[in-house]
Amino acid sequence: MLIRDTSEGYGLISRLFHWLMAVVIVAMFILGVWMVGLDYYSPYYNSAPDIHRSVGMILLFALILRWLWRIGNPKPTDEDLSPLERTASFAVHWGFYVLLFALLVSGYLISTADGDPISVFGWFDVPSVLQARGLETPAGKIHRILAYATIALAVVHSLAALKHHFFDKSTVLTRMWSGPNQSSEKDRHE
Amino acid sequence: MKFKRAAFAAPLAATLMSVPAVAADYKIDTENAHAAISFRIKHLGFSWLTGRFDKFTGTFSYDEKNPDASKVKVDIDTASVDTNLALRDKHLRAADLLDTDNFPKATFESTSIKTTAPGKAVVTGNLTLHGVTKQISFNAEHVGGGKDPWGGYRDGFTGTTELTLADFGIKRDLGPAAKTVELTLDLEGVRQ
Repeated sequence: MLIRDTSEGYGLISRLFHWLMAVVIVAMFILGVWMVGLDYYSPYYNSAPDIHRSVGMILLFALILRWLWRIGNPKPTDEDLSPLERTASFAVHWGFYVLLFALLVSGYLISTADGDPISVFGWFDVPSVLQARGLETPAGKIHRILAYATIALAVVHSLAALKHHFFDKSTVLTRMWSGPNQSSEKDRHE
Repeated sequence: MKFKRAAFAAPLAATLMSVPAVAADYKIDTENAHAAISFRIKHLGFSWLTGRFDKFTGTFSYDEKNPDASKVKVDIDTASVDTNLALRDKHLRAADLLDTDNFPKATFESTSIKTTAPGKAVVTGNLTLHGVTKQISFNAEHVGGGKDPWGGYRDGFTGTTELTLADFGIKRDLGPAAKTVELTLDLEGVRQ
């Protein structure tokens, strides 16, 4: 099994990053929307944000590792896309990195604005590096906007993947799921 | 002519002549933070949670011979709420509590002051909070006053009242023990 990416497709590490982060990010969005509406007397009033913060910090580390992995590996080809689609795909993919980074940092700033660290499941603390009076409120507003923007981009990305798969008979979706070799051959002969 | 704290300035004379109020005007010393607007609310009914508004300005007038003619006005920046926990402060500013985007200012302006005992008074006035104006009364006390060591003249007061959050349209349910909040104003003013 391929660990690294090739020009043909994505290796195991990239595919794990992609699908695990996709699932976790969507789950975090749902958790976030749900938890901010919790009643003060809900048993999850404290634990839900704790989980959200912990997972958020892990996502931030994962994003940085994923970006390092991305720039350290060859980029699989997208030559079967039109020039316009290629530009759009570039914008969406790098848009995800920028949006997610800003989203995760803004979330981090909400919790650390007074100098408190974020405890990641009680395993370790992420210290506060930036404190400012009242920072938590603008950080929270930005966090919310970026969360919706990320999900909007995810919808665009998913619809584009489905469009390439079903209408263009492209291998972009299958190669992200099962790797480069087997699917590319199969799909070309369909 | 200067008014002196002369013993012969009898109350009778004051009544007969109806001496105009010579209340001095004071600026509340927020610049050097010799004033605080603090509050406390029961947490689950188990303990007191305290917080304060870090930014506010205000003035008062005070005539020690006729304290009932005094006046006080305070403007509070509601977004400056500080309970020593960023996450809670963020929630306090949010739409379901103080809603500081829509109601960035709270004000209190006295309408009447009634002395109840020497140095003690009930200060009644209008509090505008969360866009709702309501008459409230503080139990206030003159803490002290006189010349300060730096050439100024100061007077200081403390006053406490209890507010029902729902009266001011703050509907967020914080539990049965947290329907009301105690609000304390500690105000030291510098005579202008």
